[in-house]
Amino acid sequence: MKSLVTLVVAILALSPAAATFPKDDSAIVHVLSRTGFGPRPGDLERVRTQGIQRYIDEQLRPERLSDAPMASRLAGLTTIGLSSRQIAEQYELPQIQARQQKKANANNNDTASSDAKQPPDPLQQRANNVMAELSEQKLLRAVYSERQLQEVLTDFWFNHFNVDARKGADRFMLTEYERDVIRPRVLGKFRDLLGATAKSPAMLFYLDNWMSADPNGPHAPENANRPRVVRGPFGGRVLMPPAPRPQAQGKNAPRGLNENYGRELMELHTIGVDGGYTQKDVTEVARAFTGWTIERPRQGGGFEFNPRIHDLGQKVVLSHVIKAGGGESDGEQVLDILAKHPSTATFIATKLARRFVSDTPPPALVERVAARFRETDGDLREVTRAILTSPEFLSKDAYGAKVKTPFEFVASALRATGADVQDARPLVREVQQLGMPLYMCQPPTGYKDTGDAWVNTGALVSRMNLALRLASGQVKGTWVDPSTDVRLAGDVSETTRATIARATDPAKMMALTLGAPEFQRR
Amino acid sequence: MLSRRVFLKNGAFAFVSLGFAPSFMARTAIAASGRSKQLIAIFQRGAVDGLSVIVPHGESEYYRARPSIAIPRPNGGDGAAIDLDGFFGFHPRLQPLKPLWDARQLAIVHACGSPDSTRSHFDAQDYMESATPGVKSTADGWLNRYLQSQHADHATPFRAVALTPQLPRMLQGTAPALAVSQLTQFGIRAGQSSEAVGASFEAEYAAAADAVLSGTGREAFNAIKMLKTTDPSKYQPANGADYPRSAFGQSLRQIAQLTKSDVGLEVAFADVGGWDTHVNQGAGQGQLAGRLDDFARSIAALVTDLGDRMADVVVLTMSEFGRAVKENGNRGTDHGHGNAMMVIGGGVRGGHVYGRWPGLAVEKRYDSRDLAVTTDFRDVFGEIVTKHLGLKESRQVFPGYQISEARFPGLFA
Repeated sequence: MKSLVTLVVAILALSPAAATFPKDDSAIVHVLSRTGFGPRPGDLERVRTQGIQRYIDEQLRPERLSDAPMASRLAGLTTIGLSSRQIAEQYELPQIQARQQKKANANNNDTASSDAKQPPDPLQQRANNVMAELSEQKLLRAVYSERQLQEVLTDFWFNHFNVDARKGADRFMLTEYERDVIRPRVLGKFRDLLGATAKSPAMLFYLDNWMSADPNGPHAPENANRPRVVRGPFGGRVLMPPAPRPQAQGKNAPRGLNENYGRELMELHTIGVDGGYTQKDVTEVARAFTGWTIERPRQGGGFEFNPRIHDLGQKVVLSHVIKAGGGESDGEQVLDILAKHPSTATFIATKLARRFVSDTPPPALVERVAARFRETDGDLREVTRAILTSPEFLSKDAYGAKVKTPFEFVASALRATGADVQDARPLVREVQQLGMPLYMCQPPTGYKDTGDAWVNTGALVSRMNLALRLASGQVKGTWVDPSTDVRLAGDVSETTRATIARATDPAKMMALTLGAPEFQRR
Repeated sequence: MLSRRVFLKNGAFAFVSLGFAPSFMARTAIAASGRSKQLIAIFQRGAVDGLSVIVPHGESEYYRARPSIAIPRPNGGDGAAIDLDGFFGFHPRLQPLKPLWDARQLAIVHACGSPDSTRSHFDAQDYMESATPGVKSTADGWLNRYLQSQHADHATPFRAVALTPQLPRMLQGTAPALAVSQLTQFGIRAGQSSEAVGASFEAEYAAAADAVLSGTGREAFNAIKMLKTTDPSKYQPANGADYPRSAFGQSLRQIAQLTKSDVGLEVAFADVGGWDTHVNQGAGQGQLAGRLDDFARSIAALVTDLGDRMADVVVLTMSEFGRAVKENGNRGTDHGHGNAMMVIGGGVRGGHVYGRWPGLAVEKRYDSRDLAVTTDFRDVFGEIVTKHLGLKESRQVFPGYQISEARFPGLFA
């Protein structure tokens, strides 16, 4: 008994900021709106029974939560389980072949093509399915998955390691990138996540590292006579000649060092723009990553280290010496240095706290979370837990402090109304119309996580109109029962209550609820 | 007044006979005393072939490099270039813009572009819109940073409008900007009860304790009402302006409409695609000619429609990079480097091709293949922002770049 008391005292002493979990409904709605995409009908009651603490614990162990209904929602999406290689074979290759055919025809054709608009290319449309299905998947998971926190974190970490689908071949790589690189690691070690993104073809292509080369190369292969294993890209008969190695590809031939990845790796992925690096560090990091490339970028190939374009010399990164001749391990050493750097802990803690707590998170919280990051060697489950169990997160000041992004707005509206989504594609277009095209954020910064990015006149009008369409059954493929009782959380103005109460029919009541200022926050 | 009537009757051609339009001058005088200026930015997405648009017909190398797609020298019969200054010429389908050149309201900056070498559409558009070539992590676009830097006392929700479904990168940032592809669609849409439902939403937002949402909500409903008084569905272009029915033509028509509604439009944006002519580009006729036809007729209609308001307006056209000097094996052109921009407006010192012409000989080319860049696009943007829009301090708009008047092409007096 005495030892138990000592233990309890010790635990309390170790965690001075450990929270007592509130029990009231507004706290529950807050937790459901931050650790997930908002409450569905019945969720409030469920968490009331089990308590907030247990709910958060459960969400931190998503693999233990059954998610069977989710799987059936995704069943119709045929490409989301495919590898990049399979996607390239089935969707990209036919397009390339058709293009080559077209070029061949063009050369044999004396008349210039007409001014008339070309009809939509069926192969292009088929290829567009890959991105469309990936987007549908993201929305369906946000609405229906029981593993809500995992989906919030997948959204967060994808955005942190952002890749834009519109950059060339990346549109065929994101399915695998999100599924195999991001989602399985959102509650793992930061270093693993960082390393997996660094070696992902999606990132290597997006930030150009695949074509970054030692300007003094290419170097002679270690053993010129060693035969290079060339796999038939599609097994059996090869329809196209094997793609030339990157260093031989015409206009995209690596002409030298490309610093894009080196810069963003520090500025956006790890230590942050004020993390204490110089342009010299950027160059040194880029040198370390030369040779980290893609086996066959247009054919869904995987990571490959190409020693012929790797810079063999010594590098000095943030005062750490990386010895000459390290080859592929140069990059791994850089990732080790960056993952362990104290600025990384602070940078990641700040971004997570901004996501979960408020646009300007309390510095004391950030410092505690950063400390947790350092103590646990970047264990993201523990780092996330530190935020979700903090008094700052559970404080009333945090309730409704975040403006929903367009994606969060749509997902939370569908959850709040208990919508039955049979076809998510029109909803994906709605999110795009609201100014947040999924997987298409151009800068590597990802979408902004502060309210100012999402509150503007056009966007608000669009949200109100979507609320109207959704409630009146005008969004194709989505069925909503307008009599569903959608509850607004937090402080709701008398005017809003009265306006909703005065509405002439249930659909208008629902629209005035979903479009209300109170519903734009979480 | 006479000139204006002539203009009305005969369209832009009237200017040619008069040299310049006196009413433009009157507007310019008003402008000098503080009238609001306006910029209409047009992005030709896909990399237009500047060497076919502003044709260096004085270079024999041009004809050597492009045996099947060169635009013939002026007076070279069907599809020949329209001479501008003895060395450069317009693509024949730019005929609708020729009166503006003759009236000295259209300037060209050739061999203009980015210091960054990328030939990726994606990256080059990104750099042109962020105006930070080589730096990808810039969060906002240069036009938005202009809006942030230039204090506007009575800014309306229509201060910055993109006639596109989403806000372009160029206008993204913390300053308010509106993306709307159809003005007639802007408003609360609930069929017959639109007005009542709109009023309900308006009440909710007005009562919100949330200052941010309440303020923006008020702006939104003001904008809706403002637009309603202009009745976009009944708009009639002036001066006989004839907009093509294309998406681009309709975008410019709506920009003219907003301009003339005096709703406070300062920066407008439109884009137009179809320039990535790798295959069968065509010459005086063909694929590119068709796109240029729409492009030129739309801009000419805009200028005609805006009439003497053009004294306060600058239209700027841009495209992410130019195309290779040599035609490829498919009678098309591949991605290149330097390109041409057009700057149109009453205050522009037009009728001149600006920028040093590097020449097309192989040793003068960038990477031995592309038109070299002799004018950084930021110098064009910088001159417009300071000289036309009157921004005193442009440092924030072009981070990492020293804007210097000495490098301005000289588009404005």
